[in-house]
Amino acid sequence: MKYAFSLLAVIALILVAGLGSLVPGMQYLFGVVIPYLAIMIFIGGFVYRIIQWAKSPVPFSIPTTCGQGVSLDFIKQDKLDCPTKTSEVVARMFLEIFAFRSLFRNTKSELHNGPKITYESSKWLWLFALLFHYSFLMIVIRHMRLFVEPIPFWVNAVEAVDSMLQIGAPTLYLSSVGLVGGVLLLFGRRLVSRHVRYISLNNDYFPLVLIFAIAATGILMRYFMRDNIDIMNIKQLAVGLVTLSPVIGAKIGTIFYIHLFLVSTLLVYFPFSKLMHMGGVFMSPTRNMANDSRAKRHINPWNDPEIKPHSYAGYEDEFREFMVDAGIPVEKELTAVKDEA
Amino acid sequence: MYNKGTIIPGLIIFVLFVTFPIWFNGLSAAPAPKPEMPPGGEKKCVESAEYMRANHMQMLNDWRDNVLRDDNRTVVEVEGKKYRKGLQQACMQCHTNKEKFCDNCHTYAAVNPYCWDCHLTPKEAASKGGTR
Repeated sequence: MKYAFSLLAVIALILVAGLGSLVPGMQYLFGVVIPYLAIMIFIGGFVYRIIQWAKSPVPFSIPTTCGQGVSLDFIKQDKLDCPTKTSEVVARMFLEIFAFRSLFRNTKSELHNGPKITYESSKWLWLFALLFHYSFLMIVIRHMRLFVEPIPFWVNAVEAVDSMLQIGAPTLYLSSVGLVGGVLLLFGRRLVSRHVRYISLNNDYFPLVLIFAIAATGILMRYFMRDNIDIMNIKQLAVGLVTLSPVIGAKIGTIFYIHLFLVSTLLVYFPFSKLMHMGGVFMSPTRNMANDSRAKRHINPWNDPEIKPHSYAGYEDEFREFMVDAGIPVEKELTAVKDEA
Repeated sequence: MYNKGTIIPGLIIFVLFVTFPIWFNGLSAAPAPKPEMPPGGEKKCVESAEYMRANHMQMLNDWRDNVLRDDNRTVVEVEGKKYRKGLQQACMQCHTNKEKFCDNCHTYAAVNPYCWDCHLTPKEAASKGGTR
C-alpha cells in the first residue's frame, strides 16, 4: 500500500492549494511567493547536490564494460560499449542521455519448462521512459510561451508539431497524451511487475503521482475547467515573475493555483530525490569513464602523498629485533645484519 | 572538488537553461496587448465578455462542427438579436479587424488557430471581391 500514501500526499497538496488560494489575499502567496521559493530551492539544491557529488573521489576506474575491449588487431573493439578514448565516451554518454541506451538492456530472466532459464531484454521500461521524458521535455519547452515576450520561433515550432493533429479547440497536444500515458505505464509497471513492485518505495511512487497530478490539472485547465482561465492573465503573471515585477491582476481560476503549487512542490522535491538522475546521469563513473585502466594508471585521489610505499624488506629492517624477540621468523637474521655493518 | 573543468561549465549551462526566461526577457517585457473593441461601438456579444475570453475557441469549434458536419445552421438568438453561426457571419461583423482583435492576443500567447486556413479576413475578402 505504499502507493496509497503517495496518493494521499498529493491529494493533501491539491487541497492545500485549492482551498488556500480561495482565501482573499492568499493568491499572492500561491502565485508569487511559493513559486519564487521553489525555483530558488530547485537551483540552489541542484547545484549543491552536484557539488557534493563532485567532491566525492572516484577511488577506482569502474566503467561498465558491455562489449569487446581493445585487444589484438584482428579482434574488433566495441567502441560504444567499451570506450577507451574520450570521443568514444562522449558518444556513449550522448546515446545514454538522449536514447536511454542502458534501459534497452533491461534484462529479464524467465524460467521455462525443461527446466530452462532464458535471459531476454525487456524493452518496456525503455519505451515508456522515452515516451515520458520526451513528452515532458516538449511540455517544458512549450510552456516557455507563457514566460517570454517576444516568443522565439522554436517555441512556436514545438507548439506546431505538438498540435499537428488539430483535434478540438484548444487543439490537443500530443505531448499531453504522451506524458499521461507514459506516467500511467511507468506507474502500472511498478504495480504489475512483481519484482519491481517489491523494490518500489514511496519515493518511487510519489514523483509519478505528483507528475500525473500536474499533467491532469494542466489538461483540465486547458480543456475542461476554463472558468476564469484567460491565458492573457496567466501570461501576465508568468512574465511578471521572470521580470521580477510580479503582479496578480485579474482573477485566475483555482485550478491554475493548484497546478502551480504542484509544480512548485515538484521543483522543491527535485534536488532531494531520485529525480536528481537528471544531473546524476552526467556524473555516473560507470558511464563517463574510459576503459583505459591498462593504458593509463588511475590514481586514487584519496591516497595520502605522504604515505610512501613500504616494502617487506623495509618493514623487517624496522622491526627485526622485536620480531626475533617474539620468535617470528625473519629473512635476514640479526647476526647477518650485524656482519654486513 | 574533482573534475572542475567539466563540472563547473556544466553547472553554468544548467543554470542558464533554467533561467532562460529571465535573461531572454532581460527583466523587461512588452505589456500584454489589449484586443480592439468593435469599431462600430457594438457592446453585446453572444455571451458575456468573461465567458467569451475563456471559451470562444470552444464555441467556435462547436459552431464549425454544427454547420459543417451536422448541417445544423440554427440561428443563435440572444436578446432579440440574431447571429448566424460563423466566424465571418457573426463575429467579424462587429470585430471587423482580425489583426487588431484576434491577432493581438493570439500572437502574445503563441496561439495559432487554424481558422484562417479556410477563412478570409474581411480585408482579404474585400480585396478578392466577394463576401456573403
